[in-house]
Amino acid sequence: MEHPFAITLEVGTSHANRTGTWRVERPVYVDRLPPCNDACPAGENIQRWLYHAESGDYEAAWRQLVEENPLPAIMGRICYHPCETACNRAQVDEAVGINAVERFLGDLAIEKGFGFDAQTRETGRRVLVVGAGPSGLAASYHLRRLGHRVDLVDSAAKPGGMMRYGIPAYRLPRAVLDAEIERIFALGVQWIPNHRVEDVVAEREAGGYDAAYLAVGAQLGRRIEIPAGDSARIVDALSLLRSVEEDRPVLLGRRVAVYGGGNTAMDAARTARRLGATETVIVYRRTDKEMPAEREELDQALTEGITTRWLSTVDSFEGDHLVIEKVVLEDGKVVPTGEFEQLPADALVLALGQDSDLSVVEGAEHIAVRHGVVEVGPSMMTGEVGIFAGGDAVPSARTATVAIGHAKRAARAIDAYLAGGTRLAPERHGLASLERLNTWYYDDAPRSRRPELAAARRVDTFAEVVGGLNEDTALFEARRCLSCGNCFECDNCFGVCPDNAVVKLTDRETQAAGGRRYAFNYDYCKGCGICVEECPCGAIDLVPEAN
Amino acid sequence: MRRQLEGSRAVAEAVARCRPEVVCAYPISPQTHIIEAIGAMVRTGAIERCEFVNVESEFAAMSVSIGASAAGARAYTATASQGLLYMSEAVYNAAGLGLPIVMTLANRALGAPINIWNDHSDAMAVRDSGWIQLFAEDNQEAVDLHIQAFRLAEELSLPVMVCMDGFILTHAMEEVDLPDQDQVDDFLPAYSPRQVLDPADPLSIGAMVGPEAYTEVRYLAHLRQLDALEAIPRIGAGFAAAFGRDSGGLVHPYRTEGADTVLVAMGSVLGTIKDVVDDLRDADIPVGVVGITAFRPFPFEAVRAACQGAERIVVVEKAFSLGFGGVLSSDVAMAGAAPQHLVHSVVAGLGGRPITKAAIADLIGRARAGELGSLSFLDLDEDLIAGELGRMAAERRSGPIAENLLRDLAGAPRRPRQTGRA
Amino acid sequence: MIPVPTPVRFYQVGSFAVGNRLLDPDQRTVQADTARTNSLDSGHRACQGCGEALGARYVLDAAMRAAEDKVIAVNATGCLEVFSTPYPESSWRLAWIHSLFGNAPAVATGVAAAMRAKGRDDVRVVAQGGDGGTVDIGFGTLSGMFERNDDVLYVCYDNEAYMNTGVQRSGATPPAARTATTEAVGPAPGNAFGQGKDLPRIAMAHEISYVATATVADLHDLEAKTIRAMAHRGARYLHVLVPCPLGWGAASKDTIRLARLAKETGIFPVFEAEHGEVVSVAKIRHKAPVVEYLQAQRRYAHLFKGDHSDVIDQLQALAEANIARYGLLEPTSAEAPEVVED
Repeated sequence: MEHPFAITLEVGTSHANRTGTWRVERPVYVDRLPPCNDACPAGENIQRWLYHAESGDYEAAWRQLVEENPLPAIMGRICYHPCETACNRAQVDEAVGINAVERFLGDLAIEKGFGFDAQTRETGRRVLVVGAGPSGLAASYHLRRLGHRVDLVDSAAKPGGMMRYGIPAYRLPRAVLDAEIERIFALGVQWIPNHRVEDVVAEREAGGYDAAYLAVGAQLGRRIEIPAGDSARIVDALSLLRSVEEDRPVLLGRRVAVYGGGNTAMDAARTARRLGATETVIVYRRTDKEMPAEREELDQALTEGITTRWLSTVDSFEGDHLVIEKVVLEDGKVVPTGEFEQLPADALVLALGQDSDLSVVEGAEHIAVRHGVVEVGPSMMTGEVGIFAGGDAVPSARTATVAIGHAKRAARAIDAYLAGGTRLAPERHGLASLERLNTWYYDDAPRSRRPELAAARRVDTFAEVVGGLNEDTALFEARRCLSCGNCFECDNCFGVCPDNAVVKLTDRETQAAGGRRYAFNYDYCKGCGICVEECPCGAIDLVPEAN
Repeated sequence: MRRQLEGSRAVAEAVARCRPEVVCAYPISPQTHIIEAIGAMVRTGAIERCEFVNVESEFAAMSVSIGASAAGARAYTATASQGLLYMSEAVYNAAGLGLPIVMTLANRALGAPINIWNDHSDAMAVRDSGWIQLFAEDNQEAVDLHIQAFRLAEELSLPVMVCMDGFILTHAMEEVDLPDQDQVDDFLPAYSPRQVLDPADPLSIGAMVGPEAYTEVRYLAHLRQLDALEAIPRIGAGFAAAFGRDSGGLVHPYRTEGADTVLVAMGSVLGTIKDVVDDLRDADIPVGVVGITAFRPFPFEAVRAACQGAERIVVVEKAFSLGFGGVLSSDVAMAGAAPQHLVHSVVAGLGGRPITKAAIADLIGRARAGELGSLSFLDLDEDLIAGELGRMAAERRSGPIAENLLRDLAGAPRRPRQTGRA
Repeated sequence: MIPVPTPVRFYQVGSFAVGNRLLDPDQRTVQADTARTNSLDSGHRACQGCGEALGARYVLDAAMRAAEDKVIAVNATGCLEVFSTPYPESSWRLAWIHSLFGNAPAVATGVAAAMRAKGRDDVRVVAQGGDGGTVDIGFGTLSGMFERNDDVLYVCYDNEAYMNTGVQRSGATPPAARTATTEAVGPAPGNAFGQGKDLPRIAMAHEISYVATATVADLHDLEAKTIRAMAHRGARYLHVLVPCPLGWGAASKDTIRLARLAKETGIFPVFEAEHGEVVSVAKIRHKAPVVEYLQAQRRYAHLFKGDHSDVIDQLQALAEANIARYGLLEPTSAEAPEVVED
């Protein structure tokens, strides 16, 4: 049909008008570093594994998670989750319960019997890992997956290090610990228990190892001189915890004082409570504001009836009571007042920090020790070429999560070393701060709470106190993730463009675009910036046009 | 079938036989009887598959017709006078969009002063709109022109306005030969639009056109109008063949052979003029008359041919352009049938004033005596004008003219001024 | 652990973003669908960030889906018409006609009448115009279309002034707003105080079967209303707030944000009504003060030079009146699945 001239037009002919020429700024898709990933000492790609969990694909989530950390069921219990502190959602309502979801995934993997992906190669190279704590286990795992043979040695009879001998079972059930360790061993790690390495350099040479990773931890309880009567019962916290683990009898009495303000002090106090101490008190020279223990650990202790005595130092122990000196804080410094009090106690548990036993490197002339820890470079290598170290025995915060992070870094460095090179850390993206987000799009969703064991049932049992999420609550929690700084395929940019200048790619095109689901059609994009403003997660930037 | 019918009823019946699909109108005298009758026929089912839409204004009436026509329906409406002006924006638009709407215009004067009686001021006001304008001489022709109008409109994709004098024709009882439905169906095929709003074949109708193409668009519309100069007589001839009577065409010459004076007019006044011509011819006075059926497009050649040989032309027209003069006469002058100074414009019948045979005869006499000026007003009451002009010259606030004139006509004393000092 | 069959809602972006990989396709918006019509397509000449271009595509794409692509659109004169169909290019991808400024409702009536005459009840008619074409010059034909209950969905894209001609005041221009014919000078700068023409309520007074308001900031709501409107027969009215970066003096990127603020302040109540009665309102999620809305627009800039706090208070009072009239602030219950005690 011949249509009337000019006043009747064919549809869609405006495609001839390339409005992209109007543009002075152009939108570009970006990836930003989410605060959770940024804060995770283990270097987990938290956002990515949550992404899989959001769709209910828990196995994919778990597999993504264990790319960085082979111990999710354990870490889902004992990690102090700096990720949640950093979480942007904390400023919107409450942080996403990352730790709870991690535990859910870890537990599910145990329940379903997920195994690690098998290594795709065998290099034939041999690595000695000293210490079967979190760092040694994680290093063994990463090294095996990289195809190296691993001998994991430990002086203890059972693997796990401080996770077994320092963390009480009510926080970390041993079945969980054993299951995750067993899964690592199943990769073909050679486990050598009850073997104390006297000299790592010599042992490496004698065993013909290509490299070694030292992860000896810090298990020596610090002691201070406290004047005490003959009958006074003074034990250090680590010994107490280890005795409980090894089922050896511990005599503490009814009234127990725990001296110290760290997490070990909390563990010791709560353990004492479970051993029958009806009056357990934590004595600390500062207050709860300064104490290094996690707040939730203190809260759990308080819930269980443990009391506190802040701003106090132990002067002496007279058999049935402590003499306590009151102190004050002046500019953060503890200043004695000369005022003394008596505190009835049958036993005093010292939880004043730990040191590493570094006899293993005493003979190594190139390995430097300063302030009681081994010096390492950025790749975790000590001064002795081919010998790496990590965990509590190197300078850093002493947590299992940090130790696992060291292990990953060291394993990749060892891999590079064995290949004759050095590993360059990938460049980090800029942080995805809250200001970049458009939080209006996120539905209001209060955090799911993990069930807790009633306080009355805790005092006589080492049963686990904090429960896990179920599938619904875990999914709910995962979906609270804001996906800060990384596209999560909400289609907003595709929908809000007034010029239809955002293309939603097919699966094939997405693959070709490196996983990116959308692309800009700059022929028509006028650069209005609505897509940038309305991107919920801040994954689009507006940048000036070049000319 | 010949029947004694009111003009409006006859037109309604004719339109009904054209099978309109959408009829939309807003009531205005003297169009009302037409749409009342069509409305009733739609309700009774006498017109099938037709929507009759009552709207809130003539602007809406034409707009509904635009929508219906663009969507492929045969659309009809009717109006008059103020109604035409009120819809005039849409009248232009319908033509610009090339929509074959047929509209009856029951010709009526324009206010102010408000006047419901007949003249052609309304039709003249939209002569440049792009509509084809046909004028019916009597009710039979009104009936016949409507049937031809749909065919013409749809063939050319142009709207057609059938003008019939308000009251004089619309309300006159006359014998009319109403064609049978079958005859009309044979003559008027189903509407096959040149373009249509169709979701299955979408188009964008009504684009904005700038200086780069607007002239071309208008020129093409002009060419389309000129096409009607060929189509109108052809369709008229076809109609004559089918229905056995001459109707329509461009012009109706009557006894023009050897005439020294030819009158030109449109609409019902032609009946009166023909009577006068017959009387004068009986007295061997060579006069004739040319009725113009197609006012737009204007049939210059046909007019020139019809007036050939006349020494003078007297155009009797029911409208004029203020400050200018006769509209039809200037068009006739342009046709070049006589030198311009011998084309006399006579404005007559404004606002329903009767045009008598005597006045026409007197007019012809004066024209043949060389006493007729280029512009004159038939039966102008000079005394009434003089009186008012005098009052206006005497005082600025001389009062409302219409009221004063009516008072003068009634012979009553003028109302004393209410302003000024006692 | 006992699995609890709690239906899991998608909280990450809930029902607010355009789509989401996790939603069932039928829960995603029409705009999330790569097969959407793009009724108004690329290459149109609307300004950067045009709310009307966005609103028109949102509404028409949804209407097209509801009518299985059998839609005829009738457009009043205005920005939308001018930027979409300058010869020789059209941005439309559906049957579309533009006639005049004030007659879109009547033209639509004509199209609907034609379809009825032809027995095509599958073809649906949508008429659309800006606020000037709707509340002012087209008001008569619109009211007539409502009153006759013609089978037409009329959509007003309200940007609160005559933008196409250079930002002059319309009957929908809000109080105090600067336009080219209500300059921000003199003792009472900007538009006069008054209610303007509240066309949704006027439409409701016609007791037509469906009247709704919406904004381009909540696509799910807008599409749901369009689809609901399409499920009705007879006259229906949808009034969509579409911010205009040019006329409002706002950043082009802020178009949706401003629409959101208009709703979240209560300045623009979002509701739907059936047969003259309000049947639902979109609650304010995070109430914002009107001043936050005003400050982002240069048409109100004069309110922040010198002391015009009384004017701002008056505008806040208008918002509060809306909140009270429509109950925009009633609490909604926060939802979270129960956590089982083990």
